[in-house]
Amino acid sequence: MLSRVADSLYWMSRYLERAEHTTRLLDVNLNLMLDETPASAERRWQRALQALNRPKDTEWTGEPYSLTQALTFDTENKASILSCIIAARENARQVREQISTEQWHRLNSLYLQVTRPELQIERQAEDFAKGISSPSDFLQSVLEAVHQFQGVTDSTMNHGEGWQFIQVGRYLERASATALLLEAYHADLWEHPELIGEGYEYIDWMGLLRSATAFEAYCKVYTADLTPKHIFEFLLLNEEFPHSIRFSIDSVGNALEKIQGDSGKSRAMALQRLSGRLKASLSYSSVDEVLNQDVVGYLESIQSQCRAIHTTIYELYVDYSIQTALAG
Amino acid sequence: MHPAPSSYVERAALKNYLLDHAYDEMFIGPGNLHPHCRELLEHFISLPLDELKRRKQAADLSFLNQGITFAVYGREEGTEKIFPYDLVPRIITADEWETVELGLTQRITALNLFLKDIYNEGRILADGIVPREMVYTCKHYRRQMAGLQVPRNVYVAVCGTDLIRLQSGEFVVLEDNLRVPSGVSYMLTNRRVMKRIFPELFRNYNVRPIEQYTQILLGSLRSLAPEGRPEPNIVLLSPGVFNSAYFEHAYLARQMGIELVEGRDLVTHDNIVYMRTTNGLRRVDVIYRRVDDDFIDPLAFRGDSVLGVAGLFNAYRAGNVTLANAFGTGVADDKALYAYVPDIIKYYLSEDPVLNNVETYLPTRPKELQYVLQNLDKLVVKAVGESGGYGMLIGPQSTKAQQEEFAQKIQADPRNYIAQPTISFSRAPCLIGDELEPRHVDLRPYILFGDKVTIVPGGLTRVALNRGSLVVNSSQGGGSKDTWVLSR
Repeated sequence: MLSRVADSLYWMSRYLERAEHTTRLLDVNLNLMLDETPASAERRWQRALQALNRPKDTEWTGEPYSLTQALTFDTENKASILSCIIAARENARQVREQISTEQWHRLNSLYLQVTRPELQIERQAEDFAKGISSPSDFLQSVLEAVHQFQGVTDSTMNHGEGWQFIQVGRYLERASATALLLEAYHADLWEHPELIGEGYEYIDWMGLLRSATAFEAYCKVYTADLTPKHIFEFLLLNEEFPHSIRFSIDSVGNALEKIQGDSGKSRAMALQRLSGRLKASLSYSSVDEVLNQDVVGYLESIQSQCRAIHTTIYELYVDYSIQTALAG
Repeated sequence: MHPAPSSYVERAALKNYLLDHAYDEMFIGPGNLHPHCRELLEHFISLPLDELKRRKQAADLSFLNQGITFAVYGREEGTEKIFPYDLVPRIITADEWETVELGLTQRITALNLFLKDIYNEGRILADGIVPREMVYTCKHYRRQMAGLQVPRNVYVAVCGTDLIRLQSGEFVVLEDNLRVPSGVSYMLTNRRVMKRIFPELFRNYNVRPIEQYTQILLGSLRSLAPEGRPEPNIVLLSPGVFNSAYFEHAYLARQMGIELVEGRDLVTHDNIVYMRTTNGLRRVDVIYRRVDDDFIDPLAFRGDSVLGVAGLFNAYRAGNVTLANAFGTGVADDKALYAYVPDIIKYYLSEDPVLNNVETYLPTRPKELQYVLQNLDKLVVKAVGESGGYGMLIGPQSTKAQQEEFAQKIQADPRNYIAQPTISFSRAPCLIGDELEPRHVDLRPYILFGDKVTIVPGGLTRVALNRGSLVVNSSQGGGSKDTWVLSR
């Protein structure tokens, strides 16, 4: 597979995952906001912004709908949902012949839905800002489209090297985003339980689970008894839940192994070591061990390991020098 | 102008259908249809307007969803437009096609011999059939190609020739495109859409299939591989996603099952071309290139090109990689050299041309210069180096000031211009709003040359959708329609 193609598939997938994550976070927070006081709303939105890594030029000004609008439609903001969808589609367009027609249709329809006709979007954006129309319908339709795209990807594309790069992109993004999400909640809710309003604790922790589509799955394992420790365990170390960090890192590792198998690289040692080490640390840790150490540091180390995996993938498959390739 | 045929005139859909001296693809004259168009017209008239509109919308949506768009230069970056598509197919009979096929085969054979000749012995120049300066002043002449042997002596593997119909109904050649002709994906997708929205009509006509095009193209490319490469790695080289024809590049690569590469995907080392893959470097044997000569190798041609591959030309010269089309083929589709093509055919094949040229005046010949300058209000003047309908003067539609401007330009640089009579080329019915109206059309069949010459029965019929316009280019309000070649 061409290096450029691998690069585009990887980023197409990462951007879509990012769009999905931002969409869900906004949707969950808009929904929970209805149940609480203006004072706790501020704290919630600050936390949400923290979980999105504080996108440039977006600040909490006390207006949830205008914040939502900025994070949804503002194309100046590279982290907005619209920007991510446009970037994903642009990457897909560059490898138009590598993905299936069904995939392209699904992604292109999503793109057309959110970018055209311009008038409709503007009106929608204005209504958002005024709180007239519920942004929820829009956000839901984006989520649905992204899920459909993933379904179509799995069922119409060869599960070959290209598909594996799509997996790597998706799960690497997911692992970092979930680590960031846990970090934001830990720094705020966990460390300062005294700030939680009477009776709101349940709602806040449910918000965390729902931000990772984990509420129902969690309840199946631990029942609706929401305890912070269990929630951390579930989102961090659960082996079977597709949005947990452990599941994501396992998936990255599996996909990388397949890619190495296909391309038969012996130089892949460094990459194997990186992903294997992270995988092992998640597989063999207990939640108590994690919680007894510097939790924020631990979560940050997961993110930096994800970045290192990304860099190594690039050195190995995309950005290598001709000299090394000819020598190898 | 006469209104449309009497027996149909009361039908609302045809009340604006006017006939004049131009050949009409549907009507022979008032009240008189070409026999093969009867069923088509009956069918269109029988459909309720709503139904037609519904089908038109279905077609548009299908194009938009498939991303069948082209980029328009000089506007906001990334602007994508659908290539306008007309629902009424254009029909060509088996007899008409036979002549076209014969004529195009003859023409490409002769032009290919001409390219081999001028880049090697130069007999036709020595014999004075084509003036030397005509060849050497052409900006598409590549001295780097002199003395170079190309596989199977095929310079032009893919050719798109623009044909028009005169008043008599005769097909003549307006222009050859021997460099990187585009549009074939529209021919193929138009057909797909047409089959989906008018299956009943399609079934009743005996239309010859065209879908084998990509397979034949792949076979042609394979047959041109360098010797000793039995399993050649064939790639399509595209300038990238911002090129106006990017959709087509992606489409063809996918249909052929070959890699779509950009300049940045290729590297050369020791005169071998490689592509960068996740598994290291992989050798490339045949490049179906959709990048112009100028931009393809910054070392051999334009040094400021970022689309190309440094060292590609040397690898080509060493015979380690085949390019289709070869470099320097543009010298044979030069608009001024065009005037010599009938002589070129006679010289190499000792045959008369089957398809004629449009009469062409060359300002480089003093007598013709006089004629051109005196008749600027009647002629079409084209700049030799321009394409896409730019840099043209259409005499009858021009102002005195524009004619004055062109007169000066022509005198300053006679080699850069040609003039042709204004031809009212044929018109075909198109669905404009709620009605059928005639619009000017041309025809671009695609000719493939590998181990033999193959022409897929059909082509791209381009339509000048603006009323009265003669410019069919997509950049200037042109559209297209499906082209049906009937079998016997």
